[in-house]
Amino acid sequence: MNAPDRKSNRSLAARLVLMALGSFAFGFALVPLYDVFCEVTGIGTREQLSRAGTADGQTPVVGRTVIVEFTASVPAGGWEFEPVAVTMEVQPGRLYETHYRARNISGHATTGQAVPSIAPARAARYFVKTECFCFTPQHFARDEEREMAVRFVVDRELPPGIDRLTLSYAFYNSGIS
Amino acid sequence: MSIAKRKSKRPIVAGVLATLALPARADWSLLNMPKGVSTLSREIYDIHMLMLWICLAIAVVTFGAMIVAMIRFRKSRGAVADQKLLHNARLEAAWTIIPVLILIGMAIPSVEKLVMIEDTSGSGLTVKVTGHQWYWQYEYLGSGVSFYSRLARESDVARQRGSGIDPATIENYLRDVDKPLVLPTGVKIRMLLTANDVIHAWWVPDFGMKRDAIPGFINEMWISVDADKPGTYRGQCAELCGADHGFMPIVVVAKPKAEFDAWLSSQKQEAGATLAATE
Amino acid sequence: MAEHGPPKGVVRWLTTTNHKDIGTMYLVFSLLMFMIGGAFAFVIRSELFQPGLQFVDPAFFNQMTTMHALVMVFGAVMPATVGLANWMIPLQIGAADMALPRMNLFSFWLLAFAFLLLLSTFLMPGGAPASGWTLYPPLVLQTGQAFPLAIFSIHLMGASSIMGAINVIVTIVNMRAPGMTLLKMPLFSWSWLITAYLLIAVMPVFAGAVTMLLTDYYFHTSFFNAAGGGDPVLFQHVFWFFGHPEVYIMILPAFGIVSEIIPTFSRKPIFGYEAMVFAIASIAFLSFIVWAHHMFTVGMPLAGQLFFTLSTMLIAVPTGVKIFNWTMTMWRGSLSFEPPMLFALAFLFLFTIGGFSGLMLAIVPADLQYHDTYFVVAHFHYVLVPGSVFALMAAVYYWLPKWTGHLYDMTLAKVHFWLSAIFVNVLFFPQHFLGLAGMPRRIPDYASQFADWNMVSSIGAFGFGLSQLLFVWLIVKCVRGGERATAGVWDWPHGLEWTVPSPAPYHTFEKSPEIH
Repeated sequence: MNAPDRKSNRSLAARLVLMALGSFAFGFALVPLYDVFCEVTGIGTREQLSRAGTADGQTPVVGRTVIVEFTASVPAGGWEFEPVAVTMEVQPGRLYETHYRARNISGHATTGQAVPSIAPARAARYFVKTECFCFTPQHFARDEEREMAVRFVVDRELPPGIDRLTLSYAFYNSGIS
Repeated sequence: MSIAKRKSKRPIVAGVLATLALPARADWSLLNMPKGVSTLSREIYDIHMLMLWICLAIAVVTFGAMIVAMIRFRKSRGAVADQKLLHNARLEAAWTIIPVLILIGMAIPSVEKLVMIEDTSGSGLTVKVTGHQWYWQYEYLGSGVSFYSRLARESDVARQRGSGIDPATIENYLRDVDKPLVLPTGVKIRMLLTANDVIHAWWVPDFGMKRDAIPGFINEMWISVDADKPGTYRGQCAELCGADHGFMPIVVVAKPKAEFDAWLSSQKQEAGATLAATE
Repeated sequence: MAEHGPPKGVVRWLTTTNHKDIGTMYLVFSLLMFMIGGAFAFVIRSELFQPGLQFVDPAFFNQMTTMHALVMVFGAVMPATVGLANWMIPLQIGAADMALPRMNLFSFWLLAFAFLLLLSTFLMPGGAPASGWTLYPPLVLQTGQAFPLAIFSIHLMGASSIMGAINVIVTIVNMRAPGMTLLKMPLFSWSWLITAYLLIAVMPVFAGAVTMLLTDYYFHTSFFNAAGGGDPVLFQHVFWFFGHPEVYIMILPAFGIVSEIIPTFSRKPIFGYEAMVFAIASIAFLSFIVWAHHMFTVGMPLAGQLFFTLSTMLIAVPTGVKIFNWTMTMWRGSLSFEPPMLFALAFLFLFTIGGFSGLMLAIVPADLQYHDTYFVVAHFHYVLVPGSVFALMAAVYYWLPKWTGHLYDMTLAKVHFWLSAIFVNVLFFPQHFLGLAGMPRRIPDYASQFADWNMVSSIGAFGFGLSQLLFVWLIVKCVRGGERATAGVWDWPHGLEWTVPSPAPYHTFEKSPEIH
């Protein structure tokens, strides 16, 4: 191989390595880009998504009520878990509190994590939880049973086509103990 | 069809079933989508038929042109190739624009129907469906009534490999359960779907709707049964969920509202009694 | 330059960097996989011949459906197109070889070992993957010891495909003979250039998705697990972002093949060449923005459903342009019906049927009924079997004399065609009825009302499968001998590949040809 070839090979290799490093770095550069994307598309900023919602600025809507249903499931077992109230008739804009009852039947101390889900999905962004046991892992002693609170407000802006929504929690064993 | 004949020979349940199911399905039952017994299933059937006819019309035109070309321009008939026929701007523009218009025509009716499908308001009953490997769990939200629904014992025995039982001798082979879901007719029913282990999908063709049951999440859809169409409707899991995916049928018994209410309160009492007994 | 032949015996095939040898290896590999995947299909259709479980357990049945798909998609159709690319692209563009011959060989052997790994999973405790080729979590996470092997073999296949794609792009961009401008390039090469870009774009996405499965399985991440804040539906989005372009990766080269064959046997150049190129490019572009039409039942926002419906329907426009242009190419032509043309014509009709059912599936309200039924099975088999596979067979019948230097048995080939074309419809057309009547896909046993059409479909399957033995026999016969083929082979050959002698010498176009 002659000298100019070797030189050009070396510069090609260098460029390829740079490209690989650049691609790797681009992965991190995507993080702020995703943040912007989520903010622009209305999914919410990272602060909004990770902190509890507030009822600030909400005043109850007069003359409109929606039914909120509560349900629960325990996909992996080890728990008894159910809503204390099954349905509530709520006024959008007003703050409510309800409870879920959980009992550890796994036979040892453990930690649970509730994963919320709302139907219809398009109502999810209007269902604001100001306080919820699902925000943190819940530690339970052996056979312990307790009620856990969720405080929520249904946003005044809830689209008119929705007259009934469901809050569901799936209760899992948390990885953290 | 032989199946229909066999059914009609059976006296009570099957006879009622066949008479109820057959008019809706008519001769097409084994060739085409069922028209079904709900608002949505009929809407879906209509759009399916519309699409089918449009596609058939396009097929006649395009296949017709191909066949004409294949017959008229055979070398064996002395056809000589016209080497200059390479472009035709007008023709090419036409077969780009006309399909776009046809497609828009096809899309418009579906928009309206989609809005209807997604609108779950005004429901009179919420039923939560949980998919398990490999059975269904139904819960009438707010009433405390909840039960499991599994493949009927008869089918389950017959379906084992080497059972020696001819499936044809089993009534509603693989389409029967130990305890069916009971629903009222003439009521908009909100179905909440979730699963415990893997993804399942709840589907009764006569109701038109199908939706996935995803572990950890709830999905939502609505169904209804025409007030004048009480009866038994059958379906099965429609998302591969493991070995026994083919063996988790869905059976819905649709009853008039009053009968349904009576059934539900009897179930409530039963549930209360069981609860009292255990506590 | 002195003519030097290949080394003799098995060493030739292990060490060759010749594009023709590697192309042959890909094609033979693909034929082998077609037989293996066909054997799996045989098991499936035997079990479904009548209600009740006669031959296999449900778990094994699921392994069969999964492996049938993986083997056919990644082992049969894709390698066949790569084999054709290897053989024909340098011949079509007047290049001496592929641009990166050693990588070429490497990508072939990676593929061979990927399939050794994948097929070895049958021997693992728990058996082969049984979650469907779509590998949806959480179900796929219930796979036994086979899981990491399956993932690793997918990684290898992906790496192999990407290398093959890079090779095609570099070859086409750099090695065209002087005067062979892009817009003079034969459509098969064009279709592969675009396919190669699709491969490079989506194979890494698939590799990423299965890697996330791997970490969910072994390292307790929660990409697809609701318990840890993940979402199983995320996998479906990522998978189909790969999966939809993947179906075009299988069909675009088929489009290219048909665009070569129809003009040859119409004795007239392709109608609307630029439009054909543009149509392939638009289909490729659109394939990236339609993925969620595979998952309309997961519960998507209304706007999402509308978007994916409309974008999917839009694909019908460039596809229609192709169909019309092929028809117009035959118009005022001088048609003869040799085996390649017969397969290309069957493609034209039957692929279009698959296109119609695809259009129907794109409409959300109707899809809510069709989804995950045999209607879908019928649809994608129509576009893949009488679509891609027929086009691949057409290609073999078209270029086989060029590869072997012998004419094959035309009568036998026509018998093979008619048996295939009839049985493929007996096999797949009734599946439309089954799906509409409510039979879900991926079930080993079914309710009695589905019995009749399943039996018809199975009979079609046996007929179709056995007919393919004729194909194998015909190829073997043609390799061994036969009437000498001329350089042009056909009546109206066009393109550089017909200027070299048949069989194509080991080294071709060492001096660039002249392009007019």
